Amino acid sequence: MRVLALDTSTSAVQAALVDLDDDELFLTSFRREIDGRGHVEKLAPFIEGCLADAGKTAGDVEAVVAGIGPGPFTGLRVGMVTAAAFADGAGIPVYGVCSLDGIGGNTRGRALAATDARRKEIYWAVYEDGVREGEPQVSKPAELPEWVSGSGGADYAIGEGASRYAEQLSVPAETVPVYPDLVKLVELAAPRLLSGAPSEQLTPLYLRRPDAQPAAPRD
Amino acid sequence: MKNDSARLSEPVVMGIETSCDETGVGIVRGTELLADAVASSVDEHARFGGVVPEVASRAHLEAMVPTVQRALDDADLTLADLDGIAVTAGPGLAGALMVGVGAAKAYSIATGVPLYGVNHLSAHIAVDTLENGPIPEPAIGLLVSGGHSSIMMVEDLAGKVTQLGASIDDAAGEAFDKVARLLGLPFPGGPYIDRAAKEGDRAYVRFPRGLTAAKDMERHRYDFSFSGLKTAVARWIEARRAEGEDVPVNDVAAAFQEAVCDVLTRKAILAAKEHGVDTILLGGGVAANSRLRTLAAERAEEAGITLRHPRPKLCTDNGAMVAALGSHLVAAGVAPSRIDFPANSSMDIEVVSLADRL
Ligand SMILES: [Zn+2]
Repeated sequence: MRVLALDTSTSAVQAALVDLDDDELFLTSFRREIDGRGHVEKLAPFIEGCLADAGKTAGDVEAVVAGIGPGPFTGLRVGMVTAAAFADGAGIPVYGVCSLDGIGGNTRGRALAATDARRKEIYWAVYEDGVREGEPQVSKPAELPEWVSGSGGADYAIGEGASRYAEQLSVPAETVPVYPDLVKLVELAAPRLLSGAPSEQLTPLYLRRPDAQPAAPRD
Repeated sequence: MKNDSARLSEPVVMGIETSCDETGVGIVRGTELLADAVASSVDEHARFGGVVPEVASRAHLEAMVPTVQRALDDADLTLADLDGIAVTAGPGLAGALMVGVGAAKAYSIATGVPLYGVNHLSAHIAVDTLENGPIPEPAIGLLVSGGHSSIMMVEDLAGKVTQLGASIDDAAGEAFDKVARLLGLPFPGGPYIDRAAKEGDRAYVRFPRGLTAAKDMERHRYDFSFSGLKTAVARWIEARRAEGEDVPVNDVAAAFQEAVCDVLTRKAILAAKEHGVDTILLGGGVAANSRLRTLAAERAEEAGITLRHPRPKLCTDNGAMVAALGSHLVAAGVAPSRIDFPANSSMDIEVVSLADRL
């Protein structure tokens, strides 16, 4: 099964074509660029690039998998609306996966996966051998709860939020930023993909309420 | 009357609009409106007295695909029937625009239908073709909305639109919102002021007409200013209350509205006369205002100018206007946009579409 995978929950604009056969996953083509403001310009060309690299057309794609955050809203929405509209346009199903799972899902031991939530905060979740414990959260890196930062908490932290705020985290952080792994997202959606589960209405993991500040001029 | 085969050969275009608080998807064939689906988040903004960008963006994402489906159902078409997909690339709220642009690009890639990134303001002009047919060129466009108040010279709707003048401060629609708040009327202010004004006396008090004094007419001949008017209304209300008297809401609404409509129509007629143009197109959300329509019609008739405007529902933001402009571009043979175009919150009013830009 040929799957288009997208994630724009971090400053990495990412698209990939992933082949899924029973339990085998194969990354056919992949585009990524670190550009926290470039989602709307870059994502669509990346999809076209992935298709071209694989010698395929949009009609060859059988399902879409999208990271649904948490992530900075504006960029996150670009990936999600792209996934939803592509799937609708191609008449194929779309499935959402928590973007942090694309980082934490690849970890071993007790890991804190963290992405940059802007405003000096991180989106995070704790993983035990790649399995998430509880729902994703947002908080200041220095204000993680005791069960995460204290003894018996996470052994290490990984992700763009971890590397960026390494100095404020009480958990040792990997210095190289890691972004959601699109193959992992497809793997996590595999049961739904293979069983032909119904297409989903993608709802972002916002974790924050909107700032209720009206815009100056209307259009 | 065109025959059926000619009609069927006209481009079928879907337009997507998400520049503010309306998620609009319209479908046209040539200049025939086939669908106009709109999902509005306006009620969610009312208690804030203005559009909250993040609330609007969230609503766009939720409504996007369902609104496209609704438009296709209404038009009894599938995506495969489309000859073009047009989307508002700007101006507007950045995060809101990105939802529509992202969706349009994805639909275009998934279906192979050519994509056109277009200007929201030109779309406000183009929508008139759906009701009144092709626009005689050149024409003067009077575009009045919550975000813009401009006089435009439309030499070629497919590519040559120039701005003759614009508001140097608040947009007319913004002034309506602010004065509505002063009068204790709900948001958005336009329809409420219009309604109250119908019961009021336009000549109750004469509020200032911005940029109409002789020296202003030299420097700002076709420009507008509404912030002084808003302040004048505020002062007048304050003074009245200080005297312990009630504020006659209907009369103030009528007098304020008269000041706005007077300047807008006076300058638009002047622009038409001075440029030898005999058609004025009224567009934008404020063009739904009944007094603006009446006054513009009266003055146009006196001046021997044809006034055109679509019905109120097509004046406010919608996808049909974007589809109308897209259809015009396809028919004119304008090249589609490149897939990497940005959403541009401050898109230049004179850029009709991103079609010809590399
Ligand atoms: Zn508008």
